[in-house]
Amino acid sequence: MDKKFNFSSKFKLANIFSLILFVTSILFIFFKGLNYGIDFKGGTLIELRSNNTDASAIRSLLNNMDLGDVNVKKFGQAGDYLIKVEQKINEGNKIIPKIKKNLSDNLKTDINFRRVENVGPKVSSELLQSGIIAISLSLAAMLFYIWIRFEWQFSIGSIIALFHDVVITLGIFSILSLEINLSIIAAVLTIVGYSMNDTVVIYDRIRENLNKYNRLSISEIADLSINDTLARTIITSVTTLLALISIFILGGEILRGFSFAMILGVLIGTYSSIFVASPILKFFKVTYKTLEKEEEKIVP
Amino acid sequence: MLNFSKINTLIIYFIFFLITAFVFLNFQKKDNLYIDKKINLGLDLQGGSYLLLEINSDILIQEKIQDKVIPIKKLLKKNNINYSNFKIVNQSLFVNINNLDKFDLLFNSRKDNLVNPYIDAYRSFELVYKKISNEQIKISFSKFGLLTINNSALKQSIEIVRRRIDDVGTKEPTILQRGEKRILIELPGLKDPERIKTLLGKTAQLNFRLVTENKEFGTDKLISENGEELNISKRIIMSGENLIDAQPNINNQNNEPTVSFTLDRLGAQKFGRVTTDNVGKRLAIVLDGEIVSAPSINEAITSGNGMISGNFSFQEATDLALLLRSGALPTPLLIVEERTVGPDLGEDSIKSGATSLIVGFILVILFMFYKYKIFGLIANTALIANLLMLIGILTILEATLTLPGIAGIILTVGMAVDANVLIFERIREELKTEKSAIHAFDTGYAKAKITVLDANITTLIAAIILFAFGSGPVKGFAITLGIGIVTTLFTAYFLARHLTSLIVLNTSNKEIKI
Repeated sequence: MDKKFNFSSKFKLANIFSLILFVTSILFIFFKGLNYGIDFKGGTLIELRSNNTDASAIRSLLNNMDLGDVNVKKFGQAGDYLIKVEQKINEGNKIIPKIKKNLSDNLKTDINFRRVENVGPKVSSELLQSGIIAISLSLAAMLFYIWIRFEWQFSIGSIIALFHDVVITLGIFSILSLEINLSIIAAVLTIVGYSMNDTVVIYDRIRENLNKYNRLSISEIADLSINDTLARTIITSVTTLLALISIFILGGEILRGFSFAMILGVLIGTYSSIFVASPILKFFKVTYKTLEKEEEKIVP
Repeated sequence: MLNFSKINTLIIYFIFFLITAFVFLNFQKKDNLYIDKKINLGLDLQGGSYLLLEINSDILIQEKIQDKVIPIKKLLKKNNINYSNFKIVNQSLFVNINNLDKFDLLFNSRKDNLVNPYIDAYRSFELVYKKISNEQIKISFSKFGLLTINNSALKQSIEIVRRRIDDVGTKEPTILQRGEKRILIELPGLKDPERIKTLLGKTAQLNFRLVTENKEFGTDKLISENGEELNISKRIIMSGENLIDAQPNINNQNNEPTVSFTLDRLGAQKFGRVTTDNVGKRLAIVLDGEIVSAPSINEAITSGNGMISGNFSFQEATDLALLLRSGALPTPLLIVEERTVGPDLGEDSIKSGATSLIVGFILVILFMFYKYKIFGLIANTALIANLLMLIGILTILEATLTLPGIAGIILTVGMAVDANVLIFERIREELKTEKSAIHAFDTGYAKAKITVLDANITTLIAAIILFAFGSGPVKGFAITLGIGIVTTLFTAYFLARHLTSLIVLNTSNKEIKI
């Protein structure tokens, strides 16, 4: 990797691009909303395997039961379906045997109920709440960690980058109407960790180079540091993506949403470490003096 | 950083082999258990049912405040305090009294206070009262009174849930308290939780009450098992508490399934007295407010043994006997979350999880070899060691492996090479300016150290938060991710560094390329 790319010249363009993506994501999340799964909305989920039943037969049987909003879709191989039934207050557990019986009796084929889940309204709202708390807490913890290890400008920079990653990942989920469930929250938290990891590596180098070359401007330092670490950034992204793509293709339906979110997150996180976290240091006019000041405070 | 003393090398490899040895415990045969430790499979991988139940203590509190009516009235009467307008609204008692000072003295007496006991553990009375107007007061349970009621109801519920589940005979059930109101149940291998759900869905409060036209104690109109409408006295002759055993039977005469029961001494006395006094009348057996049967009393039953028949199937008789044996739940239980995975889906998940792990692993290994050649081999050795140690630690902790947990392992594989990549890239840079390769490797390791630590601690923070807030399978992901980071740091900084030092120190300067 002896080629030097002039990243800082693209900062402005990248920031405009990020801003557009970010705002679009926010708009989608607010107006179109997120497609919550039963973990967060409550309701019943049934995964079944049958011999070539068609979805419309299942749909019409369930619609006759007056269950409220019913969603039937193919899931994996032919004959596999995922049924989602909206939550009706506290009735969830009693309708499961009724649905099973209705389908078994009327579809005239062997049905294997592979997975049945029911989440009550109280539990789902608690799960959503703890998901939001977990993500906020992880952002706060990162903010704090970077503040201790670096200076506040770095801390702000990294947190904006993380926020950027989380919002755009969720935005894409909203645009594509992909389901948000517990494992997506796990993915988002891992993305936070991964993206932070990437940002820290570059920041570490920026700090080192600031001390080494105090004549250079922050743009030049950022450029130099990003280039120094570029090989590592790419190699690690590639190995992580190799692992994730393996899960995405071979890991089965249940892990598909999770691995998709992670793949998005790794791409966005890698991008944001270079094009979001670094320009912010420029915005704050970070120089080698920023570091010195802090050191003076520590050593009186 | 490339110099290892003999003792350090020994310690590093000792730790590695010790932890790795645990991996093999997972493959031992069942009858050959030297150390009984292995990774457990989560319900999503082995199949089974997960249920989260919630007690509803509102009903219980309503009952408990009702129970306070008579003692309070007695207290007032005994001490000549005039009262009027006694009523219950929303779990509170309202009453008008004429002598508040005296009442206060009695109500808040710590000595032998049966009406309002002092709870030592919380330093609080069970009840509190509030002055509404000059005369009217409102009596309700104190915060700690409510807590005491709730906690004892939860404990009792867990006990009864355990008895019922043990009685059904599922393998290795897990029954745990979750928070202040909830009970978590895991039933590995269970395909269909409906029977358990039905059994847990009944409080199983059994009462024996007379069928009567006498309105003295008030009556309830209930429908009998044959569809007759009967007036059932509100007076409870005997309840399920007096039962010591119940068994399903087949009646010899008509081959009907029945439930025979045995009463304790007190119950037998009560039952004997009532049946003696009421020969010819009908006795209703009421379970959770519904009549099971209402037979006529043909003769006095003093032996303490009885039989319930009521058009049961044998399964129903078995379940009823089980419910009666296990005792009544203090409050109804609500199933607030339920997740069941069939065994074949679990198997599929293991298969696809394992396949994606192997494929991901091979891809990463090939890529690393392509990128770094001989040092790629070192990184790959570290990666394999990493995986072994990760599985070893999971075994030592007897952790539960879930599908997201497998994803966590694969992700660890992808991210674990990062530490070595950081180090190798740093060494490459150093090699450009540094003439001595040994020096370059040395400073490379030293300089990359802080970055590697910083980078991994951030991921570790995310994993810890995920562990604290995640539930079920997601917790499994957090565990593997978190442990994966620790093993990554160990293998990169000790094992891989040692292997690197072996190569660097034994090669002449010019040949080393990275």
